Parts: sequence; structure tokens; C-alpha cells
Amino acid sequence: MAVRVRVPVLLRNLTGGQAEVAVEGSTVAEVLAALESRYPGVRARLYDEQGALRRYVNIYVNDKDIRTLGGEATPVKDGDELAIVPAIAGGR
Amino acid sequence: MFRFTEEEIRRYSRNIILQEVGGIGQQKLKDAKVLVVGAGGLGSPAAFYLAAAGVGTIGIVDDDVVDLSNLQRQILHRTEDVGTPKVDSAARALSALNPGVQVKTYRTRLGAGNVMDIIREYDVIVDGVDNFSTRYLLNDACVMAGKPLVDAGILRWDGMMMTIKPREGPCYRCIFPEPPPPGVIPSCQEAGVIGAIAGVMGTLQALEAIKLILGVGETLTGRLLLFDALEGRFRQVNAARDPNCPVCGDHPTITELVEYDLACDLPFGVAAGSAERKIEQ
Repeated sequence: MAVRVRVPVLLRNLTGGQAEVAVEGSTVAEVLAALESRYPGVRARLYDEQGALRRYVNIYVNDKDIRTLGGEATPVKDGDELAIVPAIAGGR
Repeated sequence: MFRFTEEEIRRYSRNIILQEVGGIGQQKLKDAKVLVVGAGGLGSPAAFYLAAAGVGTIGIVDDDVVDLSNLQRQILHRTEDVGTPKVDSAARALSALNPGVQVKTYRTRLGAGNVMDIIREYDVIVDGVDNFSTRYLLNDACVMAGKPLVDAGILRWDGMMMTIKPREGPCYRCIFPEPPPPGVIPSCQEAGVIGAIAGVMGTLQALEAIKLILGVGETLTGRLLLFDALEGRFRQVNAARDPNCPVCGDHPTITELVEYDLACDLPFGVAAGSAERKIEQ
């Protein structure tokens, strides 16, 4: 089961510049774990020291915030799109 | 009836001919007051299009002076403006484009002590700030004051935006509950930004403000619009109001304005200036 993961610009240095990568997993947590094993360093950017997802990084499955779904336990299936969206504040 | 001169009717003829605008809508624009916070990458195109459209009063907040490194994206300012306060060059540019617009300038940095006073008289607030602490401050202030806020952020080749209608939809904190610690998310100055991305997102902000004033169409409320310029792709994700949001939730815990002390939030000009001096040496 491959899920398409949309990688934000700020994490692309870890994915060799790729904007989208396909990883296996049946839940959001599994997909993110698979992402870490393929691209070490991703986890530290997404999770805090207590192991919770950072509060300025959002995860969307098929454009829905996982906080409104089942959090990291949200099931994903083949062909789903998981987007990682950190806050950005530039403007001037 | 409408108080338009012949010249105004000619100037705004392409607006007025639109079914969604007409004379009534043009009068709404003329009566409207929009505050643009930050006369930089986002604020420049936003303010330009608002002035061009005939928004009657435009407030500009910025404490900075024009730096040569700003001109790659901050199209309100000219090379000859380097060293002058951004609010002054912004006012000059907007008045030159449309002398019928009243431009009010606030050469100050938005803080907990002045934000409520500054936003009070405005109908719509456009967020063109460059740091998280002011972004959260402005969000909280607009929620508390019940003012619609058109928020956008840019970095490198990416942009995001949303329109916050307090209590009708999510606020910035509903979506990003807390700002990142200093240094985690780089600033444009550290990470770079392509000038035209500011143009795209700032122009979208002007559009949203115009829609809010006219009361037409669907605003980006409850939707986060993301633009990836490298991919050439817009996408939007759903954003729901969080009933537990500390500022706009059912039982808010933030009832007074807070200012985050984020070390990287140096005034842009100061930090940019020092970086450039380093390069020169």
C-alpha cells in the first residue's frame, strides 16, 4: 500500500529535493515512521521530545486535518495523499 | 445616491461594469477602511491593488526603512526610496497611483500596547508581517475585536493564506496552535523568497479583502490555500474551528494580548542589514 506524501519545501533537503514521495503504511503513524526510516531526520522535525506531533506542523490526509479524523491512528489506503504543512510566517 | 465624479466613474469603469460591483459596490469600496500590516512583500501588492480598486482609506503599519534587498519583491518602494521609512514611500506610491485614496501611516511596530487602537477603525485587516510573534498577536487582536483578518505567509517558493472571520471559522491558532520555537522555521531573510510569490499571495489577499468589503463570493474561511510555485500547484486543505482554541474557542484561556519573545524576530531591516554587511566584508 503506497501513500503519496507531499513534502513541504522545508523538509525537501531530507528527501533529496523530492516534493512527493511514496511510502507504505496503513495509518498516518506508520506512514510517518516509514518516512523516517527512508529519510532519517524527518521524525525530529515533525515530533517534539515528548513524541507528540509539533503544534506548528499539520498533517492532512486527502486535504483533511488528521486532528478532525483519527489523529495519527487515522487509517490510510493505497493512493491516499498525506500532506505535511508547517506554518510559515514570512511576509516582508 | 452615489457620490462619484466623472473621473471616478471613468477610473473605476471596469469595476462598476461587473455585476458583483456596480455603483453600490464601488461605493462600498470607497467607504471601506483596510489596514495593511507590513509594507513589504505581501503588503506591497495588497495595498497597490486595494488603492487601485478605490478602497477609500488604507492604513499602512511598518516601522522599517527601505533597504536595497527589499526591492526584489517589495514593489511599493523604488531604488530612490532606499533609507526612507517604508510607510512614507508606500504612501507616496499609493497616492501617485490613486490620489483619491486616503492613506494613513503608522510608523511603528505592532505590539500588545498599540494593536487594538490601530485596528479599531478598520473594517478589514491584511496581514503582511514577517514573523510569528506579530502574526499571533494580530490574530488574537482581530479575534478579540471581531475584525476579519486576511492572513498570508510566504517562504522560498511557497505561500499559504486563509481568511479569518472571528467565530465564523477557524483562526490562525485553530490551525497552528503555537508558534514554533525560534530558529526552527527560517525567515525569508535566512531561507530566501522569490519575489513573485509575494506578488501572488499579496494579490490574493487584496482579492479577499475586496470580496469581504463587497460581500460577494466565497472567502477562504475554513480553508487553507497553499501555493507551491515550483510545482505550479495550488491546493487547499480544510481547516475547522477548534472549540478548544485558546483564543477563539468556547472557553478561551487567552483573554489578554500576549507577545511571544521569539529571539529570531529581529526587525527585518536590522537583521538584513547586518547580514549584508557581513557579505560585503
